[in-house]
Amino acid sequence: MDKIRTTPGITGDRIKKYLKEGKRFDGRGLEEFRELTIEKEVSCKAEGSVRVKLGKTEVIVGVKMALGEPYADSPASGNLMVTAEMLPLSSPRFESGPPKIGAIEWARVTDRGIRESGFVDFDKLCIKEGEKVWTVFVDIYSINDDGNLMDAATIGAIAAMKIAKVPKYDLENNKVLYDEPTEEGLPLTNHVPVAISVHKLGKSLIVDPTREEEDISETRVTIGSSKGTISSLQKSNSKALEMDEIKKIFEIATKISEEIDAKINKALK
Amino acid sequence: MTKEFKRPDGRGIKEMRPVEAKVNVVPNADGSAMFKSGKTIAIAAVYGPKKMHPQHKQNPATGQLRCEYNMLSFSVDDRIRPGRNRRAMEISEITKWALEPAVLLDKYPAQVVDVHINIIQADAGTRCAGINAAAMALAHAGIPMKDMVSSVSIGKLDKTLVVDLTKEEEDFEEGEGPTDIPISMTSSGKVTHMQLDGKIGVKQLQESIDMAKESCAEIYEIQKKALKDAVGMEKEK
Amino acid sequence: MDRKIVIPGEIIVEGEDYLPGESTEKREGKIFALKYGLAEEQNNLIKVIPLSGVYHPRRGNVVIGKVENITHNGWIIDIGAADSAFLSMMEVPKYVNKDAMEEVLNIGDMVNAKVWAMNKRGIDLSTKSRGLGKIEEGLIFNINPNKVPRVIGKEGSMIKLIKNYTGADITVGQNGTVLVKGSTIDSELFAKKAIMHVCDKSFVAGLTDEMNEWFKENTN
Repeated sequence: MDKIRTTPGITGDRIKKYLKEGKRFDGRGLEEFRELTIEKEVSCKAEGSVRVKLGKTEVIVGVKMALGEPYADSPASGNLMVTAEMLPLSSPRFESGPPKIGAIEWARVTDRGIRESGFVDFDKLCIKEGEKVWTVFVDIYSINDDGNLMDAATIGAIAAMKIAKVPKYDLENNKVLYDEPTEEGLPLTNHVPVAISVHKLGKSLIVDPTREEEDISETRVTIGSSKGTISSLQKSNSKALEMDEIKKIFEIATKISEEIDAKINKALK
Repeated sequence: MTKEFKRPDGRGIKEMRPVEAKVNVVPNADGSAMFKSGKTIAIAAVYGPKKMHPQHKQNPATGQLRCEYNMLSFSVDDRIRPGRNRRAMEISEITKWALEPAVLLDKYPAQVVDVHINIIQADAGTRCAGINAAAMALAHAGIPMKDMVSSVSIGKLDKTLVVDLTKEEEDFEEGEGPTDIPISMTSSGKVTHMQLDGKIGVKQLQESIDMAKESCAEIYEIQKKALKDAVGMEKEK
Repeated sequence: MDRKIVIPGEIIVEGEDYLPGESTEKREGKIFALKYGLAEEQNNLIKVIPLSGVYHPRRGNVVIGKVENITHNGWIIDIGAADSAFLSMMEVPKYVNKDAMEEVLNIGDMVNAKVWAMNKRGIDLSTKSRGLGKIEEGLIFNINPNKVPRVIGKEGSMIKLIKNYTGADITVGQNGTVLVKGSTIDSELFAKKAIMHVCDKSFVAGLTDEMNEWFKENTN
């Protein structure tokens, strides 16, 4: 039933023609993001939580922390687990049940983008080597899909992690006191891996597509970077890219990553 | 004597927590709503009527209602692992039973109306908040309904009946302990859902139905206002 | 009775003289609403006009749909209803080669068609009338199907108004899918914007005046 809401070919032709003139239907430039709003503390039960809106796309992200044993191969490091769920509530295209491949890729790309970037100082999450470390859970949920859930997810994860407060740990009774947050935030570094996805539509490269634009995206490259250093990259979908196109994509993604990083900080003040 | 009973947050025994209700919170959905009761927040989205899949589940005589209740991992202190869990599955079914008597799906054979409920923040009464949000979302989606459904949790703390328990009250330990009675009713007073956990005599249980009717009437007015205000908002844009 | 917004289960009006129309029922001398919408009265007949909800096809509706699949004797078309619709080879006003059906209509093509029958099997479409058939080009988008009457206007008056200001041809499917065709993409986007504004303001009493005002403010 939802085939009719997928962007028709003839509308897609219009979109691509307009892009060649450097214009988009909602008046944005090709390298312009929609309005970004971040609402803090959406759930008082989370150690940190945000609601991110990118135009009409909305995600909610929460950080929870738990104590446990470290992994055998990293006895002095804490752990990070990032999950992302495309809730059926957020689109007629998402169904209940086990996640489809699109959702799985979304979650894994987001997880790797944050975990491998050096954003979290895992050693500082260790309480007692070999015995007790913090695991940080970052759970991302889509609330409304109007395109670019990929970038919205990472923006949300970064924002939630930045405002999260470590709960008090009662050493004597070995209990985490969730309703007594300390002033201490997560041990984060300066490498903030803001992920920017660049899409190829016809001969044009754009960022932050609406659902209507994303439906006709031929290929996507998602790049996590901070201050010009790239720490993660994934090219998705099957259309091939020319060498000069992919090189241009590296430039676009890293440039816009700085802009969005600034917007996140401004929103969190 | 019961009027002297002191609730931890200072509320009167018949006093509900502050309620906030809003419609049209998920633009993609055919209908959607948010219902907040104290610190408990539920959002619901409705998609349908649409063809029921898989085909073997289709009912050629009438349309069906399908509900899914899900708590976000960070809605509670101890993180809930994302994915199916039995409590959520049971509440999903209870929610369907609470709403079904009110919806009219006989004109939609082989079709389904999907209701998705997500709990963002939990402080007891989540299934009630979910049902309240779902009823508004169903109306917002233009689903034919005989009536609205409103839901509240009546509690008994030791010997006193109170309205709308918080988590703290659910963990009450004095005297006879806590009894939790979630009840859902249509605005015309038909009971569509009821559960009980605890210890209570027949007379008090009957009293709790009367208390529920009063509170559900209050909730109904809030649900009605949220639906009517949604139209006003479009006017102002 | 003044028009008013009602919710399911609400008493719209009381009195034996009133008759229950669409989306209402009469019990004990009272007319109850069975849907969320706008209740209005015409000669004692009370009905509720829905503000929201998915498209429910009716015979005679002209809709815009998308080809989902090709069968041995026709095309399966998604028109945004719960059931898919079927366009038979016989209901297309030209010769169709059974081995080259995709040359007439291929998967993904948009088509303007009329609902000519509805039965247990499903929804049957036809493109035999003038102006129907494959849509070759244009801008297509979806609106709330309940707003279609306002966007079309009395005898097409609103569509005419928008065409006068934008120069774009507009076809509004009863299923809420809209086709806009102009000489430039900018004129098409302008027409789309105007249509979205009509949807937003669908409640305003003097909608024609509202749109004239809007065009004055928005034309450059």
